[in-house]
Amino acid sequence: MNSEITVNVCLGTGGIAAGADMVMEAFRQEFESAGVKNASVQEHCKLHKVGCRGFCARDVLVDVTKGDNTWTYQYIQPEMVKRIVKDHVVDDKPITEWLVGDDYHTFHDNQTKIILADLGKIDPESIEEYLGVGGYTAAKKALTEMSPVEVIETMKKSGLRGRGGAGFPTGLKWSFCAANQADERYIICNADEGDPGAFMDRSVIEGNPHAVLEGMIIGAYAIGATHGYVYIRAEYPLAVNRLYIALDHAREKGFLGKKLFGTSFDFDIKVKLGAGAFVCGEETALIASIEGERGMPRAKPPFPANKGLWGKPTIINNVETLANIPPIINKGAEWFASIGSEKSKGTKVIALTGKIRNTGLIEIPMGTPLKDIIFNIGGGIEGDKLFKAVQTGGPSGGCIPQQHIDLPVDYEGLKSVGSMMGSGGMVVLDETDCMVNISKFFLEFTQSESCGKCVPCRIGTKRLLEILTRITEGNGKKGDIELLQTLAEDVRDSSLCGLGMSAPNPVISTIKYFRHEYEAHINHKKCPAKVCNKLLTFFIREDMCVGCGMCAKACSVSAITGEKKKPHHIDSSVCIKCGSCFDACKFSAVLKE
Amino acid sequence: MEKTQEAVLETIYQKCTANGDNIITALQQMQNEFGYVQEEAVNWYAERTNIPASRFYGVVTFYAQFHLQPRGKNIITVCQGTVCHVKGATRIIEKIREDIKLKEGQKTTKDMKFTLETVNCVGACSIAPVVIVNEKVFGKQSPTKIAQNLKPYKE
Ligand SMILES: Cc1cc2nc3c(=O)[nH]c(=O)nc-3n(C[C@H](O)[C@H](O)[C@H](O)COP(=O)(O)O)c2cc1C
Ligand code: SF4
Ligand code: SF4
Ligand code: FES
Ligand code: FES
Repeated sequence: MNSEITVNVCLGTGGIAAGADMVMEAFRQEFESAGVKNASVQEHCKLHKVGCRGFCARDVLVDVTKGDNTWTYQYIQPEMVKRIVKDHVVDDKPITEWLVGDDYHTFHDNQTKIILADLGKIDPESIEEYLGVGGYTAAKKALTEMSPVEVIETMKKSGLRGRGGAGFPTGLKWSFCAANQADERYIICNADEGDPGAFMDRSVIEGNPHAVLEGMIIGAYAIGATHGYVYIRAEYPLAVNRLYIALDHAREKGFLGKKLFGTSFDFDIKVKLGAGAFVCGEETALIASIEGERGMPRAKPPFPANKGLWGKPTIINNVETLANIPPIINKGAEWFASIGSEKSKGTKVIALTGKIRNTGLIEIPMGTPLKDIIFNIGGGIEGDKLFKAVQTGGPSGGCIPQQHIDLPVDYEGLKSVGSMMGSGGMVVLDETDCMVNISKFFLEFTQSESCGKCVPCRIGTKRLLEILTRITEGNGKKGDIELLQTLAEDVRDSSLCGLGMSAPNPVISTIKYFRHEYEAHINHKKCPAKVCNKLLTFFIREDMCVGCGMCAKACSVSAITGEKKKPHHIDSSVCIKCGSCFDACKFSAVLKE
Repeated sequence: MEKTQEAVLETIYQKCTANGDNIITALQQMQNEFGYVQEEAVNWYAERTNIPASRFYGVVTFYAQFHLQPRGKNIITVCQGTVCHVKGATRIIEKIREDIKLKEGQKTTKDMKFTLETVNCVGACSIAPVVIVNEKVFGKQSPTKIAQNLKPYKE
């Protein structure tokens, strides 16, 4: 034992789900008991919890750092801890077979990290550690050395655009708000993150909550707000908890409250828990929700920057937008503007998921080609399957096919192919995914989340869903594709808020690029990807069937018969095509076509 | 209504509404205390605050978080977000329904042991499909795995 040793355990949501609490406890116990034999172990070992570093599929991830060297272990379970402490910590012999492989490094090395730089390194529940990496120096600089106008100008020059979806220039939005005569102004952090398939904002708040608070302090100073809110989903208990801890610590240090950094500026932040409605991510609905009403959008203008919460000028910014602000203040607008593409500056945090080898949270410079994200960072498609499409922008976005794989990922690029950045979710789909089913899935979502205030969205999404449902169930009619297209355009053009306006995007884009799949469902009553059960026939291959009877047990309508150890048989007149037998058979003897 | 229940509601009133908090917060508190939003509790509260009960009802039915029916001892939440969907959430739901013997259209088992709910993404997509039982997150689930994981909760 020669140098100081630090053991980092990932305690993000992914880590905890994989048992990180128990791993942490096991280390604590091992350190104690190993300490009896070797007094220096306990003294020189630091056990440290960190937030998500993006590769949650490999959790529990554990770093062992000795001096300048760090080893990272993957898939660690409590029972493995004893050996790590004994072999590696005490005897200096890393356990090579448990270490991460090259893919862990390609995953990280191909990224550019601004927002995620400190995630997975610092303890999110300790303000000291945030201070240790330069935390709150930007807020201090802005408040003590810059005028509000200078802060806004810096934001404008940096080219930062909102990360919550629409990509509106942040500096410009702030200047609109600041230009109003008002006795009171508000700043709200939008942490509603309702897009299914997105977890950037959750991870940032769980892994580095102070960065968001610091961004809010700077924003509040720039626009002259004395009160702020974080509107966060109640479905994110860990993020909510860490946010409360961070707020308490920031208040104790005097970074929130009265006379911040010795200036005359007062500012404090309250937390509002979202009650589970996707539409509340929309600015005017979010405001209604904070006011205690049903979260229904209203027509804009007036924009919240002029007339927002309680009728006062209000700025709403996304979590990631806010986390970009401290580095811009510290490193300058030119630095930020030098990263990214012509019209989209900086980086984007992306939740890369679906049928891909390396799923996780990544950060890339704006304008990075789609191909690099999927095949370099993501490591390509899982299994031996073929790439089919990538879905971006959640329910408001679209599906991008193979032919656009070189597309630069930024606001303009994604829009040019009928999708959008949205909050930054990216779901990779392979040949076993049915595009009609995907489109139906998103319509189910938007239809049930439509607030019902305006007719095109309320009724239009319902009709779109009905048509999609009948297509996937084998009842599609000639002309359904054209009907979907006209209806989709009507809903897009006449809805009141962004939810309705973008709800048809999944339908429009899948018809555009995967029309043949719709046609197969409608004209030939076939699902090429073999997903839509109603269009499939289930049967058992006699030569593969060992007669274990698992399928017959799984079938709720007793459509399967056969003697033990003899090939079984499905009676297709009884079968309700539920697919249970397909899942139950361990010998791949049940086939669907 | 029972005296103890009234006392609880009065505390919520003092803590929330009297402090300027909105009705969402008050309803969240009520649900925390009683497990679901009870009609009689809302009626009592509406009278106490002089806010029409219909406004409470409007809010309760708008947000997915509120429940108007009592829920079971264990809450099983299956993620039905995009990633969990493409990774087989539907089959997991079917398996759970079968496993805890839920009838068509039911959400809570007769013995009040389990309530099955769905959610649109819990933000743990890289370990999809995800099922949450009470507070515990189970990642990378399959129909067989979840049946296994539910066993301890049945006792
Ligand atoms: C239906 C709907 C849902 C939205 N959900 C979110 C969300 O979850 N998080 C978010 O930051 N923005 C969301 N937005 C965008 C916000 O309305 C708003 O544009 C954004 O928070 C502004 O912040 P920014 O300028 O920093 O991007 C949503 C918009 C719509 C129409
Ligand atoms: S577009 Fe949909 S969600 Fe938006 S206001 Fe209209 S009904 Fe509500
Ligand atoms: S698909 Fe369902 S109904 Fe048909 S044989 Fe298999 S288990 Fe039975
Ligand atoms: S939660 Fe552990 S790496 Fe994401
Ligand atoms: S889609 Fe299930 S956790 Fe995100």
